[in-house]
Amino acid sequence: MKRMLCALLMLVAGQLGAVDFDYRLSARPLAENVYAFIGKTEDFTTDNGGNIVNTAFIVAAQGVIVIDTGPSLRYGQQMRRAIAAVTAKPIALVINTHHHPDHFLGNQAFADVPIAALAETRNGIAADGNAFAENLYRMSGDWMKGTEVQLPGKTLSAGVVEVAGRSLRLVALDGHTGADLVIVDATSGVVFAGDLVFNGRAPTTPHADIAHWLKALDQLDVLTRESGFKLLVPGHGAPTTDAAPIRQTRAWLTWLSAALRDAAKAGLDMNDVLARPLPAEFASLPVAASEYRRSVGHLFPAAEQEALGVKP
Amino acid sequence: MKYPLTIAAIALAALMSPAEAAALREGGDPLDSARWSEMQKTFLAGAPVVFDPRVKVIAPSTAENPMQVPVTVDASALPGVVEAVVFADFNPIVQVLRFFPESAPAFLGFRVKLQQSTPVRAAVRTADGVWHVGGTWVNTVGGGCTAPSAAGGSKEWQQRLNEVSGRQWSEGPNAGRLRMRIVHPMDTGLVAGTPAFFLEEINFADTAGKRLMRVQTYEPVSENPVFTLQRTSADGPVEATGRDNNGNAFKARIDQ
Repeated sequence: MKRMLCALLMLVAGQLGAVDFDYRLSARPLAENVYAFIGKTEDFTTDNGGNIVNTAFIVAAQGVIVIDTGPSLRYGQQMRRAIAAVTAKPIALVINTHHHPDHFLGNQAFADVPIAALAETRNGIAADGNAFAENLYRMSGDWMKGTEVQLPGKTLSAGVVEVAGRSLRLVALDGHTGADLVIVDATSGVVFAGDLVFNGRAPTTPHADIAHWLKALDQLDVLTRESGFKLLVPGHGAPTTDAAPIRQTRAWLTWLSAALRDAAKAGLDMNDVLARPLPAEFASLPVAASEYRRSVGHLFPAAEQEALGVKP
Repeated sequence: MKYPLTIAAIALAALMSPAEAAALREGGDPLDSARWSEMQKTFLAGAPVVFDPRVKVIAPSTAENPMQVPVTVDASALPGVVEAVVFADFNPIVQVLRFFPESAPAFLGFRVKLQQSTPVRAAVRTADGVWHVGGTWVNTVGGGCTAPSAAGGSKEWQQRLNEVSGRQWSEGPNAGRLRMRIVHPMDTGLVAGTPAFFLEEINFADTAGKRLMRVQTYEPVSENPVFTLQRTSADGPVEATGRDNNGNAFKARIDQ
């Protein structure tokens, strides 16, 4: 009986402590007229509501440019309110950097303004968006209430574009997903890397092509060596004035792909690979153990086919 | 709660160390599954049953991909294994596979499709007729059995059906290991418009014709199955033969 009471109390306390569904977004200034909302370096939970992602906005001469919209309708709405607290200018354009749900499920809150993405990102959202949303309902719970997929209506392509009086360089890369957009804001020197770069958090790989991703990191590296470069904004983790998170992401991916290839060559099966400890270098990285486990599921079958001599 | 040991379990316990004997249980399902008694009736009816830690079922506690959940059954610590049946209590198709180790140890790795969180178990029958049961819970978001196979979306598998690739390892920590992959959609029949189409039988034998293991596979085995076996010694090539439920046969040699 006592135990039951205790459990009941904990349940009530949990409910109370839980949630006003407020992400407590506050715009962090990165440069003049450039702001970001920096998420936690965690996995999706019912506590964080999916606020594990970085989103950003640029206050341009004739309006606001929004970069990614977060994991839910509520996030998008709260983000829009937080932007309005900074500037009275209207939203001119919303950009989705890639087709992962924590970057576009806030789109609904911006349904009245143009939303744009690379062609393959638009296709990806159309194909997988609903399944992604379902999965986030499972992981983030009621924070997701009312969230539905809002497709980007406009297609972006690589090159320099003029948006609301601001010149942006769009660099179309891939590797984290089939299409990963990097945005260079020449005026401020800020490079928005999307999920090609993770800082202080293990990278996610559900749609990764590691070889392509490593090439994309080389190109990003070049962008950070340009004379105007000031700040790198990763998709997850703190912004930096140097390329350290690029090196960190590269180190993880290089180790991961070599470890899986070597394991397959040595005759290990998936359970053997899952049971392996992480090297000391990565063991303390947030969510390293769970991302490793997920990555084995995503990437080991290909390494295995290569080791078993499956014809391509 | 204590359960009385059956005579079979008592006899077994006499042959084991006290710690091992204490771990043997009869009656109470250590995985506490509502479907255990039904499983017992279906697969082990009338025969003596013990939960035995020597039957190891290894699988991730959380499965990232419900279409490809890795499972390893290792009962090689148990002498005299005749047959092993692998099942998942809450799967729409419960029976995953059976294997009959002949001259190979009672060890088999494979992958399964799971529809929801479920115990995955191996019941291993020894020559004395006793079933030794081991298992583990796997949590998954599901959809594994009613989601279409990747092959459903392409025609490529038709050209490559039953294509076998594989390798043996004769050195290093995995000496004696054999791994084999077969191209097959392993359709469960639970997806509208796609009939059940799956491998039913696979035999592994050495070049002298001595059988290492016979495996009976069912619908829940994952698409393009990958099997891991352990030989006592990697002694020459292995011949793998088998067929699916439509009578498509295959025969392949797996070299070292």
